[in-house]
Amino acid sequence: MLDIKNLHASIDNNKILNGIDLEIKAGEVHAIMGPNGSGKSTLASVLAGRSEYEITDGTVTFNGKDLFELEIEERAREGLFLAFQYPQEIPGVNNVYLLKAAVNAVRKHRGLDEFDAYDFLSLVREKIKFMEMDEKFLHRGVNEGFSGGEKKRNEILQMLMLEPKLAVLDETDSGLDIDALKVVSKGVNAMRSDERGILMVTHYQRLLDYIKPDFVHVLMNGKIVKSGDHTLALELEAKGYDWLLDAEAA
Amino acid sequence: MKAIEDQIANKYKHGFVTDIESDTLPPGLDEDVVRHISRIKNEPEFLLNFRLKAFAHWKTLPKPDWAKLKIEPIDYQAISYYSAPKIDENAPKSLDEVDPKLLETYDKLGIPLHERARLAGVAVDAVFDSVSVATTFKDTLHKAGVIFGSFSEAAQNYPELIEEYLGTVVPIEDNFFAALNSAVFTDGSFVYIPKGVRCPMELSTYFRINAANTGQFERTLIIAEEGSHVSYLEGCTAPMRDENQLHAAVVELIAQKDAEIKYSTVQNWYPGDENGLGGIYNFVTKRGDCRGDRSKISWTQVETGSAITWKYPSCLLKGDYSVGEFYSVAVTNNYQQADTGTKMIHIGKNTKSTIIAKGISAGKSNSSYRGLVKILPSAENARNYSQCDSLLMGSTCGAHTFPYIEAKNPTAKIEHEATTSKVSDDQLFYCRQRGISEEDAVNMIVNGFCKSVFQELPMEFAVEAQALLAVSLEGAVG
Ligand SMILES: Nc1ncnc2c1ncn2[C@@H]1O[C@H](COP(=O)(O)OP(=O)(O)OP(=O)(O)O)[C@@H](O)[C@H]1O
Ligand SMILES: [Mg+2]
Repeated sequence: MLDIKNLHASIDNNKILNGIDLEIKAGEVHAIMGPNGSGKSTLASVLAGRSEYEITDGTVTFNGKDLFELEIEERAREGLFLAFQYPQEIPGVNNVYLLKAAVNAVRKHRGLDEFDAYDFLSLVREKIKFMEMDEKFLHRGVNEGFSGGEKKRNEILQMLMLEPKLAVLDETDSGLDIDALKVVSKGVNAMRSDERGILMVTHYQRLLDYIKPDFVHVLMNGKIVKSGDHTLALELEAKGYDWLLDAEAA
Repeated sequence: MKAIEDQIANKYKHGFVTDIESDTLPPGLDEDVVRHISRIKNEPEFLLNFRLKAFAHWKTLPKPDWAKLKIEPIDYQAISYYSAPKIDENAPKSLDEVDPKLLETYDKLGIPLHERARLAGVAVDAVFDSVSVATTFKDTLHKAGVIFGSFSEAAQNYPELIEEYLGTVVPIEDNFFAALNSAVFTDGSFVYIPKGVRCPMELSTYFRINAANTGQFERTLIIAEEGSHVSYLEGCTAPMRDENQLHAAVVELIAQKDAEIKYSTVQNWYPGDENGLGGIYNFVTKRGDCRGDRSKISWTQVETGSAITWKYPSCLLKGDYSVGEFYSVAVTNNYQQADTGTKMIHIGKNTKSTIIAKGISAGKSNSSYRGLVKILPSAENARNYSQCDSLLMGSTCGAHTFPYIEAKNPTAKIEHEATTSKVSDDQLFYCRQRGISEEDAVNMIVNGFCKSVFQELPMEFAVEAQALLAVSLEGAVG
């Protein structure tokens, strides 16, 4: 469903991604780990279409389409979802309002009828309950004054509502307390299906105890330097990243 | 200004009409013109005297000069001060003759088809039948004892009310444009709510049959007697076809003891084109007088139109415990200039005022907020809260805030907050990543910014205001 080939990207003439190859098939869960500044969020942003980045080489196909031919919102409507490392606050815009606009935009693209207010609300209520969030979050401004953990839960709520084909989760586990981590993991696991791909960026093996990935990749200096199964995460936890650098240099 | 002069010159090239019986006066302003207007309208003596006094005063005034607005000098002798509506032979005869761009806008605003003709200024007899709506409306009001009609009608039917209240809130000496308006005003609205009456419906000029073409010097007077309540909606969100470039209206509100007046405006006059050509100059004096104890006046306005707007709806808080409120959204795009704000004058004890002003600037436009909070020595325990927020779209526009505070009583509590923000790329990216188009995302963010003002508007007005904002800011980002 997602096929990244030799992807190079830079920002303000600084090369950040230096030839990434990664294929995610429907039904698979991939985890990307790597030191701070290695380019994990950059990869997520490039996939989502942030215009600040210049794609200097490589291709990405998503569901058979050239991803770079699509506008940001078109990618989203095609089923690409990014749970942000730092979700934006949009003061005064009701959380539920944004959610409804988003869901209906995606539904429209898929040739489905827009939800009416009643159907939409019943669905939202079901999902917000599943995420163990208070309904009052629906009527607050988008992420306005949310705590770090509340923002992350809200991202997952949006994901559950939008039912994407590919979910890219950028450090969704950072800043979560133990209970919240369980709830967020429950949300992500609920999304696992044969039709869906998931790409999770994380620093912690702990998350992978809850969401067991099929593949683990290590990103360093804008390149995937090692891939393996979930045991690779355990190895990283024990050894850190340095040994990989040495291995790469060697 | 050249453009209007040409237009005016053009319109009257067939020679001057001096006959009193005729519908149009030639351009120019002198005492005779003032007398003519009064005579055509068959006004009572006191009203003529009011006009003459105003005119005599106006002549002595220097032309105003504003630091922040760039205004070409206006030639007051090049304007015609009276033109009856029916003579307008340039009016389109049907919707087919109306500028398609205007129709497109109506479409986007969701204005019903039969309304579009009226708004576009299609000659009245060609327009749908609104009489039945208006009649039911008048009946209901009549039963409640509410007087609502044109100013001219009221001058005929209720001269004693007009004589008692006209010019008591905005005296003819108030400012240059108030003096001009007082001399040459043509028509406007008159509202009287008797003691203890809660007006059974929102009053809207929209429903006043003769609302069309009240022209450039509009005069409105609203009186709320003790314990009464009224909500008045001025204008309409659709762009009006209007050939007058200079507008100088005066609005006076009077709230007696325990009375409440809520005055809402959505103004969308022609702002000029993308290059700053044309557009209406809007100089308005609006003032509310909280005369009685515990009276309340709130101004809510959404301003997106006009090339130049100069407007400060104000409150005189005379009664003890009286309350003044000002909620405003001012949008400027392209080359528009807006200089708006409010004045809250605290005179009575325990008076309270709230100011929420939201400015949105896009394109090459400039907007200024100018607010005066004045606490007189008599105003024991006065309180004011002001919040001025500016939202910038792009980097070629500007927003300026000038809060003036004069507190002459040490018990006053005054709070002022101001912010300036931008529609950020991160916010737009976030919305678009959720599948929302850039345009919808901008609208969403802007509406969020304006929320605390929009929620003060009557429901259907708020919906229209949102749609209007979307149209005004089309293409402002990206
Ligand atoms: N405008 C810019 N100019 C130069 N370098 C930039 C710019 N923007 C980002 N970078 C750099 O790109 C690199 C990759 O950043 P990115 O956010 O992708 O890292 P990350 O792997 O997500 O890190 P973390 O684990 O801390 O979230 C960083 O070194 C960052 O400083
Ligand atoms: Mg990151």
